[in-house]
This record gives sequence, structure tokens and C-alpha cells, in this order.
Amino acid sequence: MSWETVIGLEIHAQLATRSKIFSGASTAFGAEPNTQASAVDLGLPGVLPVVNAGVVEMAVRFALATDAHITQRSQFARKNYFYPDLPKGYQISQMALPIVGEGAVTVSLPDGSEKTINITRAHLEEDAGKSVHDLFPDKTGIDLNRAGTPLLEIVSEPDMRSAEEAVAYARYIHALVRYIEICDGNMQEGSFRCDANISVRPSGQSEFGTRAEIKNLNSFRFLERAILFEVERQIELLEDGHEVVQETRLYDSEKDETRSMRSKEEANDYRYFPDPDLPPLVVEDAFIEQVRSNMPELPKVRRTRFIEQYKLTPTDADTLMADRATAEYFEAVLDGQKFAPKLAANWIIGELSGRLNKENCDIEHASVQPSRMAQLLARIEDGTISGKIGKQVFDEMWGNDASADDVIEKKGLKQITDTSAIEAMIDEVIAANPSQVAEYQGGKEKLLSFFVGAVMKASKGKANPGQLNQILREKLKSS
Amino acid sequence: MALTTDDIKQIAHLARVGVDEASLEPLRADLSTVLGLIEDLNAIDTKGVEPMAHPGNAQLRLRADEVSEENRREALQAPSPETEQGYFLVPRVIE
Repeated sequence: MSWETVIGLEIHAQLATRSKIFSGASTAFGAEPNTQASAVDLGLPGVLPVVNAGVVEMAVRFALATDAHITQRSQFARKNYFYPDLPKGYQISQMALPIVGEGAVTVSLPDGSEKTINITRAHLEEDAGKSVHDLFPDKTGIDLNRAGTPLLEIVSEPDMRSAEEAVAYARYIHALVRYIEICDGNMQEGSFRCDANISVRPSGQSEFGTRAEIKNLNSFRFLERAILFEVERQIELLEDGHEVVQETRLYDSEKDETRSMRSKEEANDYRYFPDPDLPPLVVEDAFIEQVRSNMPELPKVRRTRFIEQYKLTPTDADTLMADRATAEYFEAVLDGQKFAPKLAANWIIGELSGRLNKENCDIEHASVQPSRMAQLLARIEDGTISGKIGKQVFDEMWGNDASADDVIEKKGLKQITDTSAIEAMIDEVIAANPSQVAEYQGGKEKLLSFFVGAVMKASKGKANPGQLNQILREKLKSS
Repeated sequence: MALTTDDIKQIAHLARVGVDEASLEPLRADLSTVLGLIEDLNAIDTKGVEPMAHPGNAQLRLRADEVSEENRREALQAPSPETEQGYFLVPRVIE
């Protein structure tokens, strides 16, 4: 029997505000335990939550970016459960009336096709604190710095049919929330977390199978691995005549497996009710319009523009768009320049990205900023240097503020385009390698690259490759 | 609506409230009466009345996104039974 996979994702995006959702405590990551936990975050008696306007603005941004319905009168609710890192005994969340209603995004899949994923809702809630189990011998330590940090929980419809689609959607949302500057997307620090609802059903069946919810997916790789494992587990169960149990499972990246986390018997009895401390959250039309006017160009708009305006391939456009800073770097390099956008794209995707990866540096802090990069590319474009020498110049420019022209001048890297100089070098190489010349003339044409290499080496890489090739072919034919 | 004593046990468990056997039946009777009162409300015709999560016309006031709280860990942890290295300590919890 063939099986169909059905996946829905719940993504928790930590909103990039300075202060918490219901208190004025800082949300900065990495502070000493409990130094950013106020009386409100601790749930002390007599305190009242006051909603952060920045959180509301970010939720509206997300709604605008996903063509979603905005609930202009939304409501906070209490989700009741007991855990030591939740001091109030309830989490303030949204249930019946989430601020962001139905929306949709269209994501590109690796095979070049597109798929629309519907978003059910996105609601505001507060994060819990952190439990530390390995620091004290018989106790659990509680750090409430994270308690009250604003989250936007983005819930998709069960629209994805493979791990690949789920990863493409998660990556899309990840790029989107960074583009619209509502989340820093830092998965190591837990700013962007995924839970996956996964089920399988016989191909052609319209009802969904029983699902399992997989938690703790803090990288795209883990998301993919966990789905692949879970789908296989469920199919095996069903083919052996067993049933899938509806439960929460934890992905263990070290063992690459999912395992049951808690039984559902008493789970999901959160007894939601409207929070009496918080009257409805009203979002006026004027507020929405103000947020709309401050929205940056959205990824889907920019992608289309990159492909049309700069004649980039969809793949190159996607790579450059993966984060906003890279897209902006690209456009800054092109600003006022005459060279082909494709040249800039290749250099940013290739040389620059490689260097940034190696040095674990982000593009905003790249040693070679757009104006210096632009001059380097202009010198390749006008033939002053070859692309290969360009890489050498780029390496020389990294870590200091020398211009491309300075480096080319100081190191004597200007391309040799003087025909007689190139001819002289070719003659020397031909004279020094009579047997290879004979073999070449005897039909072993792939020896051409040997000669090109030898002349290039003699010119210290500076010979114009086009001229070199042409003259070399002629000389080899006639010598 | 009539509750059973098992309902009472379940509600007490969810609320982490200790209820001894002897109190179950009186609690069951009391809570059933309360639910009965609420059921009476169902008799009212609410057709055309917009559902509300909150009484009155109150709406949220928002505050600007600014850090206004300082570190008051020492004072806030003072009433806590046990703290160490800045953490609140609780009995060991393992998932």
C-alpha cells in the first residue's frame, strides 16, 4: 500500500522587542539568571499585565506580509497548567480570538515548483521560563528571564505532504520574519522553534490519520530528520496492524529518533478562559495603515523584481534573498555600476559567502563592503584584471581598507593584454615542450589546457585568458 | 448539570488541590448547584447579542516598548524558600 504524509507546523517566533509582552523587563538574551524577571514575570500577587505596543505592531506586520485577516478585537486567554517555570500557573495566550486570522504564503520547492501553504492563525502569547536540571544535584533550578518574552505562534493548515515541503515552508517563514524585522530567527538561542504535527494515511483517502506532535525541532535539518523518522515509524505501525497513538513526541537528535514525551490522558485539558486582567485588544484601521506604510519590500515582491530587473535565475534570486542584508548588499554593489548583475550575484554567492562562512561573520560586518566590491567587479568588467586575479585582489582587500585599484597597482596585477608580450611567453613555452607540441599536433587536443596553464603560470596569472587561448591555438597549429 | 465524584477528583487534580474522600460528596453537591445556576442563564434568548469576552466597553491600553524594569533579583528572591547562584530551586522535575 502507498501512504501519503500530512504535516502541519506550529512555529514559535520570538518577537524582537526590547521589553517583554506584559512587563517592562528586558528580553536580552544571555543575562545572569533571574536578573530580567520582574514582579509581573514572577506572577507575584497584585501585579497586572500591561501589553507592549511593539508586540501588537509586529503581529500586524506579520498579518500584512501573509495576506492574513486581522482580528481588530482580539482577546487574551489563560491556558492553565502546572510547571515550575510557569510561576502563575497559567500562560497568557490567545484562544478564541487570535490577533492574526487566516492567511497564506506561496513557497518555492527545490524542484522549481510552487506551493501555497495556508496559515490557520497566528496568536500572541508569553514564553515560559527555563528549567535547569543538570546544575544542582537534587534540585531543579528555575531561571525566569525568558518568562514573559513575547511569542507569535504561527499555526499552518495540514497542507504539507513531505519533509521537503515542510522545510521549504519553515525556511520561508524564517526568512519572512527576519525580513519584516519581527524576529531575529536565531535558532540556537531558541528565537525560532518548530513543532510538527505529522500523520500518514493511505493514498487517496480523504480523512486524516491519527497525528503525533513532534517537539524540540530547533534546526531545519532536525525538522527534516524528525519527519522522515516519524513517517517511517507510523507506516511501520500501521502496516503491522497497530494504531498510531495521538501523543506528543520529542525528537532526539543524537539518536535520530522520536520518542513519546507524555501521555495524552490528562494533556490538552488547559481550561482556557478569557483573561479577566486583559480586556479586548483593539487594533484600529489607522494603526494598521500606519504599520503598512512602514513595511519593507516583501520577499515575494523583491524576488520577482530581482528576476525581472536583474535577469537573475530563480535559484540565484532565492540565494541572494535568503536574508535581507545579503539582498541589500547585492543592490548596493550594483548601485551606479555598469557591470552585469550576474557578475555581482556570482561574487556574492561564491567568493564573499565562502569568506563569510570561513570567518563566521555576517554580511553586515563583511570586511569588503559594497563600494569596494563594486570597484573590484568594475576592474574585472573592464578587463583590467581577470576573474581569477580578482580573487587574489579580493583576498588582499580583506581585513584592511585598500581599494581594488590600490591592490592591483601595488601588486602589479594588471592584466597583460599586450599581444606581443603574450606571444613571447607562448613562444618560450612551445620551445620548452617539443614533445607535448608533437602530441598535440598528433591529435591529443586536450593538451591545450597544459599549454594554457604553463603560459598562465609564466605570466603569473596575468595574461588575458581570451587572448592567450586564441594566440596559443594559432601558434600550436603553425609551429 | 450533575457532576460525579470522579469529576470532582479530576477537577481537584487539574487544579492541584488536595481533597479528602469525605469532602468529595459535599463538593459535588455544591458545584452541581453552581452549574445549575449557570444553566439557568441558558434559558435567556441571546440571539442578536454580540458575544463578548469581557463586560463593558473596556479595551486594552498599551505601553511603549521600553525597558523600564531594573534588576531587583535580590529583593524578589528574598521570600523564596531556596535559591542558589541566582536560580530559584524547586524539587527535581524530570520530564
